[in-house]
Amino acid sequence: MLPKDGLSGIFVREISQDMIKDSQALITEKESWKEYYLLSLKSPGIAQQAKPGQFIMVRIDPQPYPLLRRPFSIHSKDEENIEIFFQKTGSGTALLAQKEINDSLDILGPLGKGYKVDPGFKGKTVIMVGGGRGIAPLYFLAQELATLGAEVKIFYGAKSLSDLCLKDKFERNDFKLFYSTEDGSLGFKGLVSDFLAEKLPSLAPEFMYSCGPEAMMEKIAQIAMEKEIPAEFSLESIMGCGFGICWSCVRRIRQEGQETWLKICEEGPVFSKEQIIW
Amino acid sequence: MTDLSVDLGFLKLKNPVIAASGTFGYGLELAPHIDLRQLGGIVTKGLYFNPRSGNLPPRLAEASAGLINAIGLPGIGVERFSEEILPQLKGYDTAIIVNVCGESDDEYISVVDFLNQKEGISAYELNISCPNVKKGGLCPALDPQATFSVVSSVKKKSSLPIITKLSPNVTNIEEIALSAQDAGSDGISLVNTFLALAVDVDTRKPKLANLFGGLSGPAIKPLALRMVYQVASRVKIPVIGLGGISSGQDALEFLIAGAKAVEVGTANLVDPEATLKVIQELQEYCQKKGIAKIEKIVGTLKC
Repeated sequence: MLPKDGLSGIFVREISQDMIKDSQALITEKESWKEYYLLSLKSPGIAQQAKPGQFIMVRIDPQPYPLLRRPFSIHSKDEENIEIFFQKTGSGTALLAQKEINDSLDILGPLGKGYKVDPGFKGKTVIMVGGGRGIAPLYFLAQELATLGAEVKIFYGAKSLSDLCLKDKFERNDFKLFYSTEDGSLGFKGLVSDFLAEKLPSLAPEFMYSCGPEAMMEKIAQIAMEKEIPAEFSLESIMGCGFGICWSCVRRIRQEGQETWLKICEEGPVFSKEQIIW
Repeated sequence: MTDLSVDLGFLKLKNPVIAASGTFGYGLELAPHIDLRQLGGIVTKGLYFNPRSGNLPPRLAEASAGLINAIGLPGIGVERFSEEILPQLKGYDTAIIVNVCGESDDEYISVVDFLNQKEGISAYELNISCPNVKKGGLCPALDPQATFSVVSSVKKKSSLPIITKLSPNVTNIEEIALSAQDAGSDGISLVNTFLALAVDVDTRKPKLANLFGGLSGPAIKPLALRMVYQVASRVKIPVIGLGGISSGQDALEFLIAGAKAVEVGTANLVDPEATLKVIQELQEYCQKKGIAKIEKIVGTLKC
């Protein structure tokens, strides 16, 4: 049993009107690097609604293997298409990796609450820190903030150069990029959080965003706390449904000064540094 | 058009498809996406008397064609349900069945006592798979005497029909079903989830914080079907079948095996429109086969 003080977190909400079930989202493009994959899905309804930091639930096969949909953050969008970027980590993503152009997928989205996109960031510096596959939602966010006129600086960290597979894609945009690799094959040698700590004094950001491994985000949250920089993080969880019905993805979160249990899918996946209990 | 309505004796449903407890929230959540009036009924998320926060995460693990959950029945309790949910829910023309939970016979009674005066509820579904704290954690559903005790005490206090939801984790499901019938239950629903374990080989830890969870989904359908057939063949009260139903064909299998209605559960998590799909496929099948009334198909298994 969870502590009784968590009860205020039990919200009953109508599922967002924005959620669309698109059972025929066509794969229009596919790229892959080692165990990483990028799929472009034609889904105009979802593309129109999608905001940075939101996610979709993908039914990998109409047969019940795997049974549950898998959550993927929206990596980018245009008028008609959304992209997802993922790493082959288990049986579900292994099957998804086998899908080809012209196959279609059954998807639900956009889901969740995204990152803060504030027109007031025009002319201000914003920092994004992505680790490994956690870079996925930051591309969409960076594009939106750059369009608003923010100075976007991106810390992209991974184990090795070969894991920085979206490097070229990011470089085709007007973002300032900082690379780090644990083996030193590109950029700063070590953890992206250490690189951020080193560079931060000269950058004076208005806001920070992050997505990646939990340990990495925790360190970034500590840095943001120390330097008193507002920051948001996208959390990952096993999800049964993704739209608030199964109550499986709960997490301890601070809300209005109280600790409570919230569903990551519905109240997140993006939370502020003050809210997350690591 | 085939007549899909079914008469449980104590409750008439416009069609035999009911959303199962724990997979459809309190009903209202899905209202922006589904026309709730098309459903035969909705069973709410399990309600204890007081609000509860449920189990520690991780609460869910996937299995082959199934899922194992140990959500732990978090919920808003009877007061918030009556104030925030029921007044809106009763506006939809569908049977609202409240899933009633308790840590003791007394708690089941207090839930029913509280809800008896409220408008808009068609029946109670007793979730007798909740651990009974006073009886050392034993679920009433695992024992014929405990089942009799809780069902008869609730029946005495209830102003509404009672459907007793059985656990499949027993040696003799018919014995438990007969106990519920003898105690005055108006109907039986089965099966709840199968007790299961998922192991993470890397950490050598259970995948669920709760150690065990309940297996549901297509994986359990043949087991559920067998138990529904066994129970429907023995009891006189109507049986509602559930366990892995996600298509019209699945639903038909349960109806043929003896269920008068069915509940769709886990499928709702994968496809929020699953209940509507099952109804549509039932309609299509009956039309194709020239079946004028779906009730005619109930219990027609040729053995």
